[in-house]
Amino acid sequence: MTRAKRNRLIYNCVTFAVVIIAFIVLQGMIENKTITRALKGQLIPICCWIVMAVSLNLVIGISGELSLGHAGFMSVGAFTGAVISGWLLNAHGMENETLRLVLAIVGGGITAGITGVIIGIPVLRLRGDYLAIVTLAFGEIIRNLVNVTYIAVADGHLVFSFLKKNVPDGARMLVDGASGAVKISKISTFTMGFILVMVTLIVVLNLINSRSGRAIKAIRDNRIAAESMGVPVTKYKMMAFVTASVLAGMVGALYGLNSSTVVPSQFTFNQSINVLVFVVLGGLGNVLGSVISATLLTVLPEVLRAFADYRMLVYAVVLILVMIFTNNPTIRSFADRLLAPVKKLFGGRRSDKGGAQA
Amino acid sequence: MIFLDNLVNGISLGSIYAIIALGYTMVYGIAKMLNFAHGDVIMMGAYIAFCALQYWNMPPLVSLVIAMAACTVMGVVIEGLAYRPLRQAASLAVLITAIGMSYLLQNLALMIWGANPKSFPASMISIPTISLFGGELKIAGATLITIVANIVIMIALTAFTSRTKTGKAMRCVSEDRGAASLMGINVNQTISITFAIGSALAAVAGILLCSSYPTLQPTTGSMPGIKAFTAAVFGGIGSIPGAMLGGLLLGVIEIFGKAYISTELGDAIVFAVLIIVLLVKPSGLLGKPVREKV
Repeated sequence: MTRAKRNRLIYNCVTFAVVIIAFIVLQGMIENKTITRALKGQLIPICCWIVMAVSLNLVIGISGELSLGHAGFMSVGAFTGAVISGWLLNAHGMENETLRLVLAIVGGGITAGITGVIIGIPVLRLRGDYLAIVTLAFGEIIRNLVNVTYIAVADGHLVFSFLKKNVPDGARMLVDGASGAVKISKISTFTMGFILVMVTLIVVLNLINSRSGRAIKAIRDNRIAAESMGVPVTKYKMMAFVTASVLAGMVGALYGLNSSTVVPSQFTFNQSINVLVFVVLGGLGNVLGSVISATLLTVLPEVLRAFADYRMLVYAVVLILVMIFTNNPTIRSFADRLLAPVKKLFGGRRSDKGGAQA
Repeated sequence: MIFLDNLVNGISLGSIYAIIALGYTMVYGIAKMLNFAHGDVIMMGAYIAFCALQYWNMPPLVSLVIAMAACTVMGVVIEGLAYRPLRQAASLAVLITAIGMSYLLQNLALMIWGANPKSFPASMISIPTISLFGGELKIAGATLITIVANIVIMIALTAFTSRTKTGKAMRCVSEDRGAASLMGINVNQTISITFAIGSALAAVAGILLCSSYPTLQPTTGSMPGIKAFTAAVFGGIGSIPGAMLGGLLLGVIEIFGKAYISTELGDAIVFAVLIIVLLVKPSGLLGKPVREKV
């Protein structure tokens, strides 16, 4: 086993171990009832943001494309999930919540994947900031389209209408335009969130270390060189982009079914930016980093409740300071020198992950 | 006449986008960074002008000068404190810092002025509405001023970048930062000046925006900011005439889309047009295509 291979194995094992141990501890706390209510309410959102961050990391860190519309896929998943769950309950009387949740998640993944393919074909032809602005545009277009979509269940059938609300009397609204998906039955569970996080980690870590993953990284590092070696650029870029959108769609369904209403304005550009912050703060291409930073930054605003009105202000200041401290060359070399003895103690494993590590 | 009415409104909105887009495009051209906090500088400028008018009872022109001065200082301070330490860092790190700065400005405004929307005083622009074609076409004073201001700024900025020494230095830095500093150009100072100009323009844009759309709240700047950024990319980011053209086209498309196709889908139409243009011409309307070297 080569050194690189061993390091990778250790890294993957640590990543899985962290998530599994966290799940066991939290599950134990739930059973002992030692968990605070605030934290309990945060568990499913934390799972959601972990999956979002890891999947966006696949696009930005591994594939090297700056996507600013990731929340759009989450939105597609959330509304598909709400519609599927509502339809199964109201039209087919399916009472089994777990089955409904699984079907909703699968459906969310499929629709988001299709959206990903449709968006990916034009978007991935562009580069750099242009790609960023077009993904941003698509995110906003998705939000605008959901704003004028009306879906209802009438006599066991799904009724779709677009732009104008056109549903028969007595129909039960599932998606009501700008008011979003209404009266959702909350069926998301923390266990399902954990399963989704594990699925995401398995998919992403395996993809990164596979033949395809190496091709994707080769394209990121030097597109022209990769192309001349015979790597089909579009195919591999699409692979990363669509995988990420499927994962975002699946977790979107979980997120949607965790509250009684979901509105399109929850998935704006700002939400995509939030996920981007998780990714960059955790380190580009660093999956474990994304997991940790998504968790910490979801919990942080809650912890900062002590500051009441100042909490978002403090959050902003923390964000700026962390970016400066981790990226300024002078401060970084100073910190490296301070930490050198500590690193020596642990065998001096050289980190080969790029980006900022917080 | 409805057509002309929409056209005038579109050009007016487009002029505002164009002035904001100038700030984005100049900073991008010279510092090679997306300054996401620009939209929030607009909001701050509008709030300061609002205070000057409403609370300190200043005349409109003095309020404008106060807002521009405050925003200039703000822009330079933001650049010096948050962006300068990251000059050598990866562009994504700077982007996130800019996003953090945007949150910071929004929450500062929230703390100082509260979440309740303020109504921007109409006394800022006291030019009567002009009636043309026997009263069939009415042009509001704010609309007229916006269009005139846009033209004046465009001419002044073009003259500045092509005639003055500082303007030439700015173009040099945007062309090749290393070579410029070898030629004795103070790169940091040039970037500060760019931020100062961009932020002063942001104050103007904020006042014009709020004169036409008088609801003022901490998030006022974010959507116009994003649209103006889109406009800058649309016209070819880094190019000053491109920002003008992109802004104007975007404003006109938005108003026409809302008037003739669907009010709710106005934004979607704007972004769809942007995507189509970028697919046909990937570097924007007036942008220079970047040659790839192996």
